[in-house]
Amino acid sequence: MTDNTPRDPQSHPDSEFDLAQLRGLLQGRPARAGLSRRDALRFGGAAAAGLGLAACGVSGAGKHVALSKVKTDAEKFWAKQKKHGHVNFANWPLYIDTSHETLNLFTQATGITVNYKEVIQDDPSWFAKVDPEIRAGQYIGYDIMVITDGFQWSDFVALGEFTPLDQKLMTNFYKNASAKFKSRSFDPGNTYGMPWASGSTGIAWNPKFIREPISSIDDLWNPKYAGHVGMMSDIQEIGNFGLYKIGVAPETSTQADWQKAADALKAQKAAGIVRQYYDQSYINALAKGDTWISMAWSGDIFQQNLSSGSELKFVVPKEGGNIWTDNMTIPKYAQNPVDAMMLMDWYYRPDIAAKLTEAIEYITAVPAVQSIIASDATKATGSSKTTLQEVASSPLVWLTPADYARLHNYVNVTGKAQQTYSSIFEPVVSG
Amino acid sequence: MWLTVFFAMPLIFLLSMSLQTGNVTSGFTVTWHFAEYALGLQSYGPQFLRSLYYGGAATVLCILLSYPTAYWIAFKGGTRKSTYLFLILLPFFVSFVLRTISWQYILADNGIVLGPLKSAGLLPENFRILATTGAVIGGLTYNYLPFMVLPIYVALERIDYRVVEAAHDLYANRFEAFRRVVLPLSLPGVFAGVLLNFVPAASDYVNAQVLGGPNNTMIGNIIQDQYLYNSNYPMGAALSFTLMAFLLIGIFAYAKALGTENVLEAAAA
Repeated sequence: MTDNTPRDPQSHPDSEFDLAQLRGLLQGRPARAGLSRRDALRFGGAAAAGLGLAACGVSGAGKHVALSKVKTDAEKFWAKQKKHGHVNFANWPLYIDTSHETLNLFTQATGITVNYKEVIQDDPSWFAKVDPEIRAGQYIGYDIMVITDGFQWSDFVALGEFTPLDQKLMTNFYKNASAKFKSRSFDPGNTYGMPWASGSTGIAWNPKFIREPISSIDDLWNPKYAGHVGMMSDIQEIGNFGLYKIGVAPETSTQADWQKAADALKAQKAAGIVRQYYDQSYINALAKGDTWISMAWSGDIFQQNLSSGSELKFVVPKEGGNIWTDNMTIPKYAQNPVDAMMLMDWYYRPDIAAKLTEAIEYITAVPAVQSIIASDATKATGSSKTTLQEVASSPLVWLTPADYARLHNYVNVTGKAQQTYSSIFEPVVSG
Repeated sequence: MWLTVFFAMPLIFLLSMSLQTGNVTSGFTVTWHFAEYALGLQSYGPQFLRSLYYGGAATVLCILLSYPTAYWIAFKGGTRKSTYLFLILLPFFVSFVLRTISWQYILADNGIVLGPLKSAGLLPENFRILATTGAVIGGLTYNYLPFMVLPIYVALERIDYRVVEAAHDLYANRFEAFRRVVLPLSLPGVFAGVLLNFVPAASDYVNAQVLGGPNNTMIGNIIQDQYLYNSNYPMGAALSFTLMAFLLIGIFAYAKALGTENVLEAAAA
């Protein structure tokens, strides 16, 4: 049956080709002489991509600078700096008196306003955040940042991302700090930092859910608490705890020990005991009741009990706990370095240091604080009296030599060994 | 031109980064280290599979929940259609992360939902929803639901109701009319919704971190950790490309299965 309506060949794919279409298919396009503009663009693009691929890279630390040169450069740098009247302070949560009285007194005394932000949750994420900015030559927005003595500290130093401190503006520090906190192995000559607070990592638990006393690291591996155990996500913290579980001291641990410790931690995860690996937010989980027992930092528990009336308990396990120091540092390209130095040195006045310690109950670098808190306790009344008495005599704040024997620093390795350590313990947290 | 700058160049940079080796202190250099991809797949294979599974499960749940909703709004909404759509979109005024964290409080072990149930003795003391797979899939479903409702609604809205009436005239009952007329006409909308759901859900990194436990990490979390925690940029870049490849393969396979010849055409529909 034929009809006279014009047929569109494309709408009837199974009809026969007409002659014109067939001729077009067989002929092909005539070759053009030379490169067309599209081809040239394509080739150029591919070449640029290849060059781009090969040329990309991130530069490294450069040459190692001797400490004496750092000091002479610093003196030249500080001679040119002036006070500006404002300072931006980046710190961890739960690390200052909640009313900011210490900061307000500073503003009254010097006229410098302080912008205090609790933006640091753990060192690795803070480092990964500010390192690209400093590499690009940018001001990170903060003049003081508080960094723990761990891997990230050595990374910051190696990459030259700290501004060395002005030794002339550290009068209170050199007068009042104890010898133990001056010129430590990771910061000779106090070139880069002044201690903000020191603390210990141990085990905290909620007596509402756990009736029996906790004292051993094995309690974190107890299947009775499966699904309600909080561990920290910082690999230096859990690495040490893994080593305590297998009975090895971190200072003398070898790579084989790290592997065994990682296996113990993985067994803990595989058995469903761990609820989650937390950064600073472990305290929220503990307060809410999501975790019953958790790795914790000593002063956080005291502050949580004070602010919310909870009855959390803290202990350093008998197999060992971690001790660390958080240090105030000035990042490179800080815009208000002189104001930063003045604020840092302000916290080494014994009265201010005492106010800080009374609020956060962490270990202070100023030994005179203990008698100040004791006398404050005798003068106070009511609930604040009991609180101050607790701080004045707390074994977590005033450590004895026996305590120091039980507390260990993080495993101290740099470079290749640090990468090996990371690659052994990271799968525990991220897997 | 803009496509080159804003799309191609970042991709090229990412590709170059995935072939580098080094660390933050000693710097990264291009060494054409293709083994990074193999290492990534080997170390994080389970997370890839888990992400595809969670994303797929969330997408399917979204379809099941949003198709009836979109159908009801399109056909029975009447004059109040825009109000209902606005209600669906209302949570988007709040940040994505905040909404997920609010679920953390709602589903807390002794919070407003589980607390009373546990005190009434209906649930064992140990029961929890948070830090389980279910919580993560639930969070993903909740967060991406509007992205499924809207495309399906648009596709259903475009159906001329006279077609359905014609089907009724041809002796189809209501179910037959739906199955043979409405459903095929709405499939482009479902496809667009799946695109908008599956791709972000599989690469999501917020839900697993906030609502999940240590065994629920998704590949998005791994990539985030590699960049923002370990400063291991080459691994992060390699994992990103691998994820992109997986998702593209998945999308094209799905398009083939649906019978759409041109993926872009269906997505634009």
